[in-house]
Amino acid sequence: MTDPAPAMTSYHLSEKAGRRLRRRYARERGFKVLSLGALGLTALFLVILLGSVVLSGWSGFITTKMRLDVTYSESHVDAGDPSSGNIRMVVLDALRERFPDVSDRRGLRALLGIVSNRGFLDVGREVAGDPALVGRTVEFWLPVSSDIDMLNKGYIDRTAPEDRRRLDDRTIAWIDDLEASGDIATVFNWTFLTSGDSREPELAGIGGAVLGSFWVLLVTFLVSFPTGVAAAIYLEEFAPKRRWVDIIEVNINNLAAVPSIVFGLLGLAVFLNVMHLPRSAPVVGGLTLALMTLPTIIITTRASMKGIPPSIRDAALGIGASPVQVVSHHLLPLAMPRLLTGAIIGMAQALGETAPLLMIGMVAFVVDLPGGPADAATALPVQIFLWADSPERGFVEKTSAAIMVLLGFLVAMNGLAVYLRQRFEIRW
Amino acid sequence: MVAAAEHAAEDTARPEALTLPAGRLPALDGPVKMRSRDLRLWYGDKLALTGINLDIPEHQVTALIGPSGCGKTTFLKCLNRMNDTIDGVRIEGLASLDGADIYDRAIDVVQLRARVGMVFQKPNPFPKSIYDNIAYGPRIHGLANGKRELDGIVESSLRRAGLWDEVSGRLDELATGMSGGQQQRLCIARTIAVSPEVILMDEPCSALDPISTARIEELIDELRDNFTIVIVTHNLQQAARVSQLTAFFHLGRLIEVNGTAELFHSPGESMTEDYITGRFG
Repeated sequence: MTDPAPAMTSYHLSEKAGRRLRRRYARERGFKVLSLGALGLTALFLVILLGSVVLSGWSGFITTKMRLDVTYSESHVDAGDPSSGNIRMVVLDALRERFPDVSDRRGLRALLGIVSNRGFLDVGREVAGDPALVGRTVEFWLPVSSDIDMLNKGYIDRTAPEDRRRLDDRTIAWIDDLEASGDIATVFNWTFLTSGDSREPELAGIGGAVLGSFWVLLVTFLVSFPTGVAAAIYLEEFAPKRRWVDIIEVNINNLAAVPSIVFGLLGLAVFLNVMHLPRSAPVVGGLTLALMTLPTIIITTRASMKGIPPSIRDAALGIGASPVQVVSHHLLPLAMPRLLTGAIIGMAQALGETAPLLMIGMVAFVVDLPGGPADAATALPVQIFLWADSPERGFVEKTSAAIMVLLGFLVAMNGLAVYLRQRFEIRW
Repeated sequence: MVAAAEHAAEDTARPEALTLPAGRLPALDGPVKMRSRDLRLWYGDKLALTGINLDIPEHQVTALIGPSGCGKTTFLKCLNRMNDTIDGVRIEGLASLDGADIYDRAIDVVQLRARVGMVFQKPNPFPKSIYDNIAYGPRIHGLANGKRELDGIVESSLRRAGLWDEVSGRLDELATGMSGGQQQRLCIARTIAVSPEVILMDEPCSALDPISTARIEELIDELRDNFTIVIVTHNLQQAARVSQLTAFFHLGRLIEVNGTAELFHSPGESMTEDYITGRFG
C-alpha cells in the first residue's frame, strides 16, 4: 500500500545484481555459440566425407558397354563343338567389320583391347548354349575394358600429350566413332554388386565381400549373442557380490577397450595355430570378431537389465516366481528391445572391423563367391583396403563405391536398431 | 530425536537388553499365524532390527506403524524373505509361519512366497495385459488345469479385489494403462490369485488419492475373512481404521504392540504416545 521502506529494496533489483545477471546471460550466449560451432564443424566434416566418397564412388555403380554385331562364322566355330571355337577371332572379325580401315597388327591388338575379357566369355557362352547360332549374326552389348570405361566416364584427360595418357589418339577416335553412332551405352553395373574380386577393374565386384561379411557376421552373432547375454544375466542376477566377480566385471570393461588388432592376434594364435581351423575362412573371422563383440554385448545387456525397474523383480518374486522365472518371464523380455539394439550396434562395429581380419588371412584375393562359412572369403572393409591399394585407375571408383555400400549397410543396421528401440521399448 | 539417537547407540551396545519380555505381548483371542522371536537383522554392519517379538494373529489385520527408517518395512520383508535378495543382509532369531521356522533350510523360499504374498508401496503391475497379470501366479504355480479354470481364478480374484466390474470388458488391455488405484487393486488381485495364507502390504495406499485409498481400505477389511494381513502404514488414521492389532516400531525396535483401539486410546509407552499425538515422527 505505502512506499516500500528503503531496507526492503531487494538486492536482486540493484545495479550490481543487474550487471551480474547480464554477465550470466552473456556467458550463456557464448556457450551456445560454441556448441553450435562444434555442431556445425561436425556436420561440415560429415558432408565433406560423404561428399568426397559419393563424388568419386557413384560412377562405380555404372559401367560402359558397346554394341557389336558378331557373326559366328563356320571357319572359327564348329557347330558340332561350339564351346571350343575361337571366340577371339570371331570378335576380331566383328571389330574389323566395324572399323574396316584398321589392318596393322598393333592396330588389331588395340582393337581387341577395347572389349573386356568378360566380353569374349559372353560371346562364347551364347553360342555354346545355342549351337544353331553358328553361321548367323547376333547383336551384343559387350562390356568394354577399364580404360575405355574410364574414358567414357571422363576420367581420362584428352588434352594431355598422347604419350602421357593410357589411350592413344586412334583408340579415342574409335570410341568417339562408336559414341557418335550410338553404339556406346552407360548402364547400371550389376557385375559390381554380384561378382567377386577380379584383377580387371571393370569385372571386379563386391558380391563376394558382401557374402563374406554376411557369413562372418552370422558366426559372430551366433557365438557372441547367446554367450554374452547368458554371461550378463549371470553377472547381473545370480553372481554373488564377491571380489572375483568384481575382477571379472572390471576385466570385461577393459576388454571392450582392447584394440581390435589384438583380438586378431589372439584369433591367429588360437583358432589357426592351435585349433587349425581353415585360413581365410569366415568362421575364423566370425569367432575372432565374436571375441571382440562379446564385451559390448555383455555391457549393453547388463545396462538394459539395470534399466528395468526393481519393482518388476519384486512383483515377480513376491508372488513366488523363482529367480530363473523372474529372468526368463520378465527381465529378459523387457530388456530385449534395448538388448537387440546393443547387439545390432555391436554387429555394425564388427562389420566395419578390418584389422583382426587381416591377422587371420581374410585379406586374400578371392574371385569365387563364398558358399559357406568355411570357404575362403574376404570381407567388405578388407575388400576396400585391397582396392585402395591397387594402382589401376578403375579401382579408385570401385573403392569409393564399396565404401558407399559398406556405409549403406551400417546406416541400415543402425536404423534398424533405432526402429526396434522406438517400436518395442516399454517406458515407465 | 537426540534421545532417539541415544537409544540407538544403547541398542547396538547391549542388544540382549532390548528383547521385550514375552509377557508384554498382548493376549490374542485368535490363533497365531506368524510369529517372530528375537528377530535381528543387519544391513552389513548396521543393526536394523533389534530383537523383534511379535505374534501375528490369523484372520486379522496387523498394522505396523512408526516413523521413516524405523524398520517396519524391513520387518515386513522378513516375513516372506524378500530381504534375501538384498546383498549383505544377515538375519538371526526366529520367524515362523504356522509354527515352522521360515528361515529353516528345509523351507523352500518360492513356496513360502506363494503362501505369504506381498503388495508393494508403488503399484507394480507387469507391463502385460490385465489378464496375464492375474494369471501369471496361477500359471507358474500350476494352480489351474486348463484355460477355463484359469479364467475362473482371474475372474474371482478380480471380483474379490473389487475390480471386476471396471475391467471385465478389457482384460487384454495393458495393465500399465490403468489408474494408480486400479493398478494397486490389480496387484492385490494378483496376490490373491495365488491363494496365499498371509498378505503383506507395504504402504499400499501411499501413492494413491483419498478415494482410491478408501476403496483399498474397504477391500482390506473384506479380505480379512480369508487371509491374514500385515500392513505397513505411515497413516495413523489408516492403521486405526483397518487394523485390529497395531505394532509401533522406532529405530529398529518394537516399542509397543497392542490391540489397535487400546494402543491409540491408552498407549503404554510415552514414545508411542508422542508419536500418535504427532509430537515426533
